[in-house]
Amino acid sequence: MSSLPLISAAIWVPLLGALFVSLWPRRYAALWGMGAALVSATSALGLVVAVAVAGPRRERLGGWGAPAGIELWVDGLSALMIAMTAVVGLVISVYAVAYFRAADGAADSERREIDLRREAYFWRIWLVVWAAINAVFASADLFNLYVTLEVVGLGAVALVALAGGRALPAAMRYLFVTLSGSLLYLLGVVLIYSEGGTLALFQAGEMLVVGALSQAALVVMVVGLALKTALFPLHFWLPPAHADAPAPVSALLSALVIKVTFYILVRLWVVVFPPEVSQPVGEILMILGLVAVIWGSWRALRQERLKMLVAYSTVAQVGYLFLVFGLGPRADGSAGWQAGAYFAISHACAKGAMFLAAGAIARAVGHDQIEEMRGVGAQLALPFFAFGLGGISLMGLPPSGGYVSKWLFITSAAATGDVIVVVAVALGGLLAAAYVFRVLALAFERAPREGAPPLRPIPSTLGWAALALGAVAVALGLAAGAPLALLEVGLPFGQSLAEGVTP
Amino acid sequence: MIPGLAIFLLREDQVITRTTLNVLGALTKLALIAAMVLGVYRGQLYETRFPLMPGFDLVLHASALPMLFVVLSAVLWLITTIYAIGYLERSPGRSRFFGFFSVCVSATTGIALSGNLFTFVLFYELLTLATYPLVVHRGTREALRAGKIYLAYTLTGGTVLMVAVVWMHAVVGPFDFMEGGALATHFEDHRQALTILFWVMVASLGVKAALVPLHGWLPVAMVAPAPVSALLHAVAVVKAGAYGIVRLVYDVYGITFVRDLGLGTGLAIWASITIIYASLRALSQDKLKRMLAYSTVSQVAYIILGVGLGGPLASVGGIVHLVHQGVMKITLFFCAGNLAETLGIHRISQTRGVARRMPWTMAAFTVGALGMIGVPPLAGFISKWSLGTGAAASGSPWALAVLAISSALNAAYFLPVVFRAYFQEPLRPWPRESEAERFETHLSLLLPPVITALFVIAMGLAASSTWSPLSWVELLVARIYPGPASGAGGM
Repeated sequence: MSSLPLISAAIWVPLLGALFVSLWPRRYAALWGMGAALVSATSALGLVVAVAVAGPRRERLGGWGAPAGIELWVDGLSALMIAMTAVVGLVISVYAVAYFRAADGAADSERREIDLRREAYFWRIWLVVWAAINAVFASADLFNLYVTLEVVGLGAVALVALAGGRALPAAMRYLFVTLSGSLLYLLGVVLIYSEGGTLALFQAGEMLVVGALSQAALVVMVVGLALKTALFPLHFWLPPAHADAPAPVSALLSALVIKVTFYILVRLWVVVFPPEVSQPVGEILMILGLVAVIWGSWRALRQERLKMLVAYSTVAQVGYLFLVFGLGPRADGSAGWQAGAYFAISHACAKGAMFLAAGAIARAVGHDQIEEMRGVGAQLALPFFAFGLGGISLMGLPPSGGYVSKWLFITSAAATGDVIVVVAVALGGLLAAAYVFRVLALAFERAPREGAPPLRPIPSTLGWAALALGAVAVALGLAAGAPLALLEVGLPFGQSLAEGVTP
Repeated sequence: MIPGLAIFLLREDQVITRTTLNVLGALTKLALIAAMVLGVYRGQLYETRFPLMPGFDLVLHASALPMLFVVLSAVLWLITTIYAIGYLERSPGRSRFFGFFSVCVSATTGIALSGNLFTFVLFYELLTLATYPLVVHRGTREALRAGKIYLAYTLTGGTVLMVAVVWMHAVVGPFDFMEGGALATHFEDHRQALTILFWVMVASLGVKAALVPLHGWLPVAMVAPAPVSALLHAVAVVKAGAYGIVRLVYDVYGITFVRDLGLGTGLAIWASITIIYASLRALSQDKLKRMLAYSTVSQVAYIILGVGLGGPLASVGGIVHLVHQGVMKITLFFCAGNLAETLGIHRISQTRGVARRMPWTMAAFTVGALGMIGVPPLAGFISKWSLGTGAAASGSPWALAVLAISSALNAAYFLPVVFRAYFQEPLRPWPRESEAERFETHLSLLLPPVITALFVIAMGLAASSTWSPLSWVELLVARIYPGPASGAGGM
């Protein structure tokens, strides 16, 4: 089994899928796309199982090793991220089949033609993005990271633009953000190369010397990646881009794409930059993260559009992710990092579920104004239930992945004495409860809908797909052992949790 | 042995399937629990351990105190299910209702059986989530507002509790609940931190236990359907808070450690303030369910009072009141629900002469009310007597005064209802049900309060028999107070 090129497969399979989607006529796009998604998810999960059983894997493309060739490296952290992409990606694919087909009923042929073209584009770009995301998680080379990151960013912009209309300005802004973010990152890579003479992720750390140059490299990289991850106050582009994209795209942007840049930052912190350089920057990131949690939640509470609410909630949740750069290095062992990684995967499932549910609700109601949704709950119980399951995880209530990561966060913050983090995490959970229940109350209200147009029928797949992701978010709270054990494979954060925290 | 995790999430519309599943679920659970009770009585321990995170296990642990609470919730669940089936007949959203109803009971069982603070917090929060849909079930503006207030209180409380628990783990490391107190022996050196933590935890649990001034959500939540109010007050939410405090005192800190830190008296004083204040508020209510809500606030504080006073006798009184209050209050709520459902009576002023129309319901109500006042030989008398003698024994005579005043107040707000119902002329003739019903109301509405009223009488009369809650509690308290003190426990 170990001789199979599983890592490369995780990247090539979705790419081949995109190729097939393009080769066949447009009406087969969904068929080929779904097939490719299935095979991609299966091969990625095969890789994850292999890593969990047999330990970290390394593959050299074309037989060239580091530092000259391209090297792929998958340890526990990468495997967990690839698993997250596979699960969320598969559900989003199922959803997308129903989402794009639902427009089939359109009467005039021109409209239908547009819809078909949009569907075909979605599958091609999405499969390329999937491949690129896997490639980021498997790259062991700073420049390779840049290339794959750029592919993810450009693909994401194109996906946003698919919605047309008011999404176009949002996509434009997103394009500038993602390009400048990548450029800043590239600048940092150049600085590191000039200093250490290597691009290999795991060698650069040994070559770097503490000094002004490495400090500068870190700062430009952090600014670029934080911009792309939408850390407060660089989040301005995220809400319109995520809210105006088609629902499956919103879900994959919030769930997966922002995790990519977060992942690169974590790697930079743990293996590339020495603590003397990263410590002060980490403190700043943690404080910005705290502000983001409060500010994003507050803004979410004030939104009038359902998808804007969910998008601002992403701004808040990104804040939690950045707490780890302050907590991670300080906490005993790898507790802080684990909290962050676990938060990333549970947020992916929860937020994916919520965006998919919001898309289903919006399609049935015909708009996404929260105030005008009173009394629709009884007919749309399924998507609302899915929204609620995702919401539980955002609030950090048991049983959910969000609860586990919140517990890990508070535990490591209590251990390092960061009282302010404890307070902010607790407060952020309460604010999340406020905005989630603002939506859920709609589901329970029995108000007459006078004058409102009747609900449009939606394929039940939309609801079930959202529910499936919500169920995964809950399951992450019941079986935290396996993912956390996977995080120990290859010791991505150095010292293990088992040695570190528990007596 | 994981009966608590048997969740029945029913989504189908078939009435018969749902009803059967519900009742079967309740009965199966009861049978399982009966088997466990026998085991625990013989001194056996059931324990399930399930690692959730490295270092944190989900522990379900059945010993004497948890079993008391589990039996209470299982029996009352069965009765409430029957009641709810009749009550919600022909109203929309029943599948959703019973689904969350079951989750709610599972969470309560989980709370009861939890073997460490981590598990407790987990189920405690789950309970909040499961009860919200029940509170807002009617879907009116008022119900939604009540739901919002309910969440604001309980989620804040839950978050504070979680933080406190994590903090405690940071101070002393992970531990399980232990009869006699897990912290008692080892942690003399963290006195100050543990004292602060104690109050933080009591305050956060006090939100659900509705200790004044944290009780604001309870009267508002009265818009929920009657079976929900009944369950909320008798077993689920309010009791979960009270039960949490009980476990905190006995199984986390341990009674000696609490006394050592001087925490008990403060707790007792807080409880006393709650008792008096809530009784006064109950006096001025006109809506029947609101009055019952304030009465709950005051009655649940008895449990805390008993725990706070310390000493075996007061503890017996406090813990046994956990059961007695549940049974009495559920009777009262069933009756209030019957009045509202059958005759549309929501206010106390409307109850004139109602006993002629609904004699059985009012008889049950009277039993419950008299029990609350503490008239012998009903269940309430037993707990008040134990509390009183306990107060005297533990050298807190002021608590006797609290008990006397509150009994007088209880009488002052319950007796007028009874008086009106029996001895005043109705304002206008009662509407007759057009359907030819043989009983004064639907049978599944009538039986539950009558049964629980019989329990109230039985628990009072047969208090000294082996199987009464009182004897069980004495067994339990004897285990909590080892050594010579246990002699005093066996009255």
